[in-house]
Amino acid sequence: MSTETPILSLKNVSKSFAGYRALHDVSINIYPGQVLCLLGDNGAGKSTLIKVLSGFHEPSSGTVELNGKPTVFKSPKDANNQGIATVHQFGGTFPLMSIGRSFFVGQEPTKGWGPLRWFDKKFANQTAVREMQALGITRVTDGDRLIGGLSGGERQACAIARAVYFGANVLILDEPTAALGVKEAAHVLRIIMQAKLKGIAVVLVTHNVSHALTVGDHFAVLIRGEKADDFKKGERTREQITDLMAGGEAMAELENELNQLTGSINVIN
Amino acid sequence: MSQTSSKGLSVGNLVRRPEFGALIGALAVYIFFAVASGPDFIAIGGTASWLNVSAELGIIALPVSLVMIAGDLDLSVGSVLAGSSMTLAIVSGYYGLPTWVGIIAAIAFGLLVGLINGLVVTKTNLPSFVVTLATQFAISGITLGTTRLLTGSTSVAFQAQNPFQGLFGSMIFHDKFEVAVVWWIIMAIAVSLVLYKSIFGNWIYAIGGDVVSARATGIPVAKVRISLFVASGFGAALVAVIQTSLYNSAQVSNGQSFVFNSIIAVVVGGVLLTGGYGSTIGVILGTITFGVVNQGIYYTGWDADWAALILGILLLIAVLTNNTFRRLAISGGKKKEKK
Repeated sequence: MSTETPILSLKNVSKSFAGYRALHDVSINIYPGQVLCLLGDNGAGKSTLIKVLSGFHEPSSGTVELNGKPTVFKSPKDANNQGIATVHQFGGTFPLMSIGRSFFVGQEPTKGWGPLRWFDKKFANQTAVREMQALGITRVTDGDRLIGGLSGGERQACAIARAVYFGANVLILDEPTAALGVKEAAHVLRIIMQAKLKGIAVVLVTHNVSHALTVGDHFAVLIRGEKADDFKKGERTREQITDLMAGGEAMAELENELNQLTGSINVIN
Repeated sequence: MSQTSSKGLSVGNLVRRPEFGALIGALAVYIFFAVASGPDFIAIGGTASWLNVSAELGIIALPVSLVMIAGDLDLSVGSVLAGSSMTLAIVSGYYGLPTWVGIIAAIAFGLLVGLINGLVVTKTNLPSFVVTLATQFAISGITLGTTRLLTGSTSVAFQAQNPFQGLFGSMIFHDKFEVAVVWWIIMAIAVSLVLYKSIFGNWIYAIGGDVVSARATGIPVAKVRISLFVASGFGAALVAVIQTSLYNSAQVSNGQSFVFNSIIAVVVGGVLLTGGYGSTIGVILGTITFGVVNQGIYYTGWDADWAALILGILLLIAVLTNNTFRRLAISGGKKKEKK
């Protein structure tokens, strides 16, 4: 695609669990300022792939390269420290914590010195609210509110804001729009575009082709743990992608069958 | 768009917090017993009566609430209390060593059991319910066996030397209030500082909310959980020192009621059994509620047996309220769109 080096890439990565092959010989490149859409049906290996990217799993074979250098992430925390942030489907996972507190979990701001270093709640609340507002969530004005009181889209925004605030270079979003209504999903897609414009590399996992086509720069389709296709924006039609995701010919066959069925009903009528 | 376009602290927001339920509960039982029992209950004697019960329970319930906010349970506080009491009475009473040696040994006993609880829970990943239930029984057995072996009895006399008698086992303010009330206040301040003002407090909430995510953010989950079990052991040991100094003896059966009473106080105070949510003020209110019901019944002239019924009902109401709160909080903004 471009002449720049990918910030994160997988080279011939395979991953097996007790004999079960979840990923086989997958290579992908992730570039700064671009959105890579990872498409595939349930069980295609998307989750395993992002777990390898985010340091949760080590590949069974193949290498992970960060800025062109082979890297082994010791833990998700290690990957996170190197700028790779993962946001899960439901955004913040601490629904009963306040916005300010959950925003800074594990990286709490402090005030004072020595043994008198206290959690700086005011700073935490102000920062969390400011960062969320910067992403267009203007309804949130009080950092003391519980995460659970936010809508699904707002939670996603909060989690993305957190990742961006802590300097993520690579943002991995696992089905961020799956549980959302149309309007909320559109907002999250807009936030993804904002992150991309900041130069962040975004990996968007989804099985919604429309959402993928709206924000994606390049695309990788997984089928049963293998990369079935890899293409840039505009190189495939929506139908081609849908067919591919559903396992190639299967969709066309189904359509034929349905046509025959409705056809026969018409005949009876 | 949503019902929570809040203007700061609205009534709606306040009502939706479980500690508000704890406040209503505490006020309700207080007013109920004030009306049902006449002036003696409201007078200084009556106040001291429930406050003393609340104080001893509160010193244990506060650290136990931290354990529960982090998503664990500690059912071993009863045996720790008995074991620590016996340690103090045997070391400084039976063997006649200086009081401070006995107190250090008693506190060390509590810390040690807490450490064992924490280590076993975090190393084996077994539910803390089972692990602490096991230590509750094991420590109880050790206490009974050792005490009989060493002293040939199940009750050991002890007389604290000064200043320890004054520090732990004296009555203050018209000679009606146990000095435990002061320890309770100190404990409440300490627990509040930890929970609200320290980074550690944020970790406690995060671990109780989602232990996997908490670990992924780099929180030393095992260390935090172990420290909380140690803190709860400390609370039980402190009450052991207080009771033994106050009553001048230790029994092997001391303190078993604290196991469930501490959980009742904590849950009535709005801490979720599932962890992740709770407040110090709520736990204090829950502990007061317990004390008021437990002692108020004597002032009404009714059979004291009924106190347990009231506590049972209160516990059930509290759990239901907390559950509803949790569901509302988690579904949050989606509430109106769906269902």
